[in-house]
Amino acid sequence: MKRVYVNEKWCLGCHLCEYNCAYANVGGINMYLSLKDKKISPNVRIEEKDNITYAVACRHCSDPICLKSCIAGAISQEDGVIKINKDKCVGCHTCILVCPYGVLHLTDNGVMQKCELCTNNGSKTPACVKGCPNNAIVFMEK
Amino acid sequence: MLKEGEIRIPSGCAIAGVISKEGKNINGKIIVDSMTVMHERSNGLGGGFAGYGIYPEYKDYYAFHLFYDGKEAKEVCEKYLDKKFEIINLSKIPVRKTPKITDEPLIWRYFVMPNHNLLRDSQLDEKEYVSRCIIYINTEIKGAYVFSSGKNMGCFKGVGFPEDIGDYFMLENYNGYLWTAHGRYPTNTPGWWGGAHPFSFLDTSVVHNGEISSYDANRRYIEMFGYKCNLLTDTEVIAYIIDFLSRKKGLTMEEISLVISAPFWQTIDKADTEKKELCEYLRKEFPSLLITGPFSILVGFDGGVMALNDRLKLRSMVVGEKDDKVYFASEECAIRKMEENVENIWSPKGGEPVVVTVNKEKL
Amino acid sequence: MNYQYAEFEVVRNDDRCIRCRVCERQCANEVHKLVETKKGNFMISDETKCVDCHRCVSLCPTRALKIVKSDLTFRKNDNWHESNIKEIYKQAETGGVLLSSMGNPENFPVYFDKILINASQVTNPSIDPLREPMETKVSLGKRNHGIKRDKDGKIVPQKYPSLELNLPIMFSAMSYGSISYNAHESLARAARELGTYYNTGEGGLHQDFYKYGKNTIVQVASGRFGVFEDYLETGSAIEIKMGQGAKPGIGGHLPGEKITEDVSKTRMIPVGSDAISPAPHHDIYSIEDLRQLVFSLKEATNYKKPIIVKVAAVHNISAIASGIARSGADIIAIDGFRGGTGAAPTRIRDNVGIPIELALASVDSRLREEGIRDNVSLVVGGSIRSSADIVKAIALGADAVYIATSALIALGCHLCRTCQAGKCNWGIATQVPELVKRLNPDIGSKKLVNLLTAWNREIKELMGGMGINSIEALRGNRLMLRGVGLTQKELDILGIKHAGE
Repeated sequence: MKRVYVNEKWCLGCHLCEYNCAYANVGGINMYLSLKDKKISPNVRIEEKDNITYAVACRHCSDPICLKSCIAGAISQEDGVIKINKDKCVGCHTCILVCPYGVLHLTDNGVMQKCELCTNNGSKTPACVKGCPNNAIVFMEK
Repeated sequence: MLKEGEIRIPSGCAIAGVISKEGKNINGKIIVDSMTVMHERSNGLGGGFAGYGIYPEYKDYYAFHLFYDGKEAKEVCEKYLDKKFEIINLSKIPVRKTPKITDEPLIWRYFVMPNHNLLRDSQLDEKEYVSRCIIYINTEIKGAYVFSSGKNMGCFKGVGFPEDIGDYFMLENYNGYLWTAHGRYPTNTPGWWGGAHPFSFLDTSVVHNGEISSYDANRRYIEMFGYKCNLLTDTEVIAYIIDFLSRKKGLTMEEISLVISAPFWQTIDKADTEKKELCEYLRKEFPSLLITGPFSILVGFDGGVMALNDRLKLRSMVVGEKDDKVYFASEECAIRKMEENVENIWSPKGGEPVVVTVNKEKL
Repeated sequence: MNYQYAEFEVVRNDDRCIRCRVCERQCANEVHKLVETKKGNFMISDETKCVDCHRCVSLCPTRALKIVKSDLTFRKNDNWHESNIKEIYKQAETGGVLLSSMGNPENFPVYFDKILINASQVTNPSIDPLREPMETKVSLGKRNHGIKRDKDGKIVPQKYPSLELNLPIMFSAMSYGSISYNAHESLARAARELGTYYNTGEGGLHQDFYKYGKNTIVQVASGRFGVFEDYLETGSAIEIKMGQGAKPGIGGHLPGEKITEDVSKTRMIPVGSDAISPAPHHDIYSIEDLRQLVFSLKEATNYKKPIIVKVAAVHNISAIASGIARSGADIIAIDGFRGGTGAAPTRIRDNVGIPIELALASVDSRLREEGIRDNVSLVVGGSIRSSADIVKAIALGADAVYIATSALIALGCHLCRTCQAGKCNWGIATQVPELVKRLNPDIGSKKLVNLLTAWNREIKELMGGMGINSIEALRGNRLMLRGVGLTQKELDILGIKHAGE
């Protein structure tokens, strides 16, 4: 299955992936109308220390521990993509505790959100990949 | 209006040729008649013929045919000829006056040998000596133009339809083993006899139908080797290229075709190793002599003829055979006019040379 | 008091700015800055630092930015131009020689723009490159050596040192040091994929790039940086650099801060030391010395590799070229006065040398007049901007062209002409690791391949229109060109007629 992979060598730490992700998930006519003066909550986030920057997003593990640990049965896997059913999520944070990559985040309404490879917003290629200026984030079979 | 040599004039044309492999005599009337059926391919602005084996009694001498604009040019030129050559015989070329041919220049013929002492002092080989003299006359002597200069061959040409030119020069009085012919359709009105075809240089004569797109690349290259393209015609540059490759570089006609009508790289890549190496080598040695754009040519040389098309075959050319004869023409009808019962008519592929030589023992 | 006014203004459409700070993060010149106040967050700009490289503009996800030329004006003066005044302020301040980079931007005639190309109508057919073969393969080197035959009279094909190009375009010399590792990798990979060559420049060849040797031209310049046996052996051709179009008559100076660990290894000089290329080769003070170097290099490589001699287009270029054509060199590369550079004194760049079109035409004519055009192939560079320039150059007499500025533009260069600062925001003319990584060679090589593929298609279209189906038949085919708005003298030098003639 095609997944999002990140190549630290080419990551410039420009944070554009975060904004592209946030915009893809908020939607709207254009980015500034959707994101202006808003705090964004992207599913991909840049980790940085010293001169190293690195985009982190869900790896869509083949044996997902988040799915196994979900007490509400809100996490499912469809064609390899791990998804959250926001109606079922009870906001217990168990998934956050078990995920070794730290890629699940709490939304303002108390439920979880995570990268669903843009399958939930109609993009064919994930927005972070499409917008990366240096091919540091790629969408491919490995 | 500028005349030929001052401006480049493209033209379309008709060509025809016939050769006897046994060296038998073919009368000039046959080739003249063949051109009548291709009348529509010319527009009356140029026609001409080249005959090989037509001067058996003078076969060891260079036969110079000259056009003069007037007596003054003739005097200057004859003085030069007299200095550089021994003139064995000179005469007006006999013509039949006809209302269809007008404004003709003075047309003279000289059978010559290079002046022995001058040739020795020049340290040139004989042909190079002669060729330099021709280039000198055509470039430096105003109003004089050598339009034929080979041994035992001659070129006859002028402004008019080819059949009328043939009649004017009374070609029925000449017999040769090879004839080529040309009818011209220039896109301009040059009205100069020197611009008609065939173009002939030493023993090489070329009749050509087409308009080559590589002209200036070829011209600027060949002029490095002492040639002067005074006429700015395709035929002239093709003739010089063939003279250069055959006389100065020693290539055979088949090898020359690999230079001027070189196979495409994609064809070369598919060829067997030996052929591939040869084609690649020749293309790289003489890249500037590749001729592109449409052409079909008949190259007459001492003892034979080569028919060749451009590599895309953008001009028509058919070949036919009967007994000892091989016929060439832009259209089949012209061949049938020469030999009604012609056999094996075929159309050679682009870049595929058809070389026919005469059994020299029979000459 | 500082008389240096900002040349540009950063115009930010604040309605569109979402404070993502990509401009701030990506500007190595530190123009943009986020300021957090009680009233909110603001983006501010220090415009004096802006070089107009468009990195921020290109990456801004909401297109909130544009850079415009400041309209701050001096009192109108047709003699004292703004640039004259500003440069005097700068020199009065620093006491230094002004430095610039990339090619001469001044308002001299561009002859390529005054030449038009022919096409077939009626009397001969144009050729459709989509339907018929259209050949742009070029072989560079000496020609017309003389035919050798065996005892049966068969021709024995010979192989001579040559460069084989699938298309008449090569990447010209840019050293590792003046441009980045990733820029070099992009060029090398593109050259390999396209079947052409890139050129090491005088900075030596990085160990990682020896694998691209078949597509590499190695340069020997006056500083002789990085030249040793393996280097000469690895390249497909060796180029002796006598001069460069952007700075004829002077050498080079790569400042010590650009001599990083890697560059130092490649150039074979100590880390942090200035790399100074002398103005002349100190073993070449005349043409006979050049001949010796040509043959030394041939000797060192067993006469297997063609030798290129690269010179800048200067006033007596045709006599110089004639000398080189008799020196044993196989290829002459001529670099016009618009050619680029990583750094050159402004006065030299803007006032020395001649246009490549005139240099090429006069060299090609001269070599033909002397009957020695077959001794060498001619490669020209110095601002080849499009496929049309290439077709015109070849019709004037070039065998192939060298491109560098066009290649850098394909890699992202926006011609801000500030290479000498070493802070190239596009990761091209810099050795700063964080900046170098901005040029991913996967993307870079693809863009170069795209550009040259596109140009080659256009060359084929133009050739087809002229009824020419092989590039050999275009070379020196000056009848295919006409000039517009040129004087008779210019037409004579170019060897072309005026349109309408």
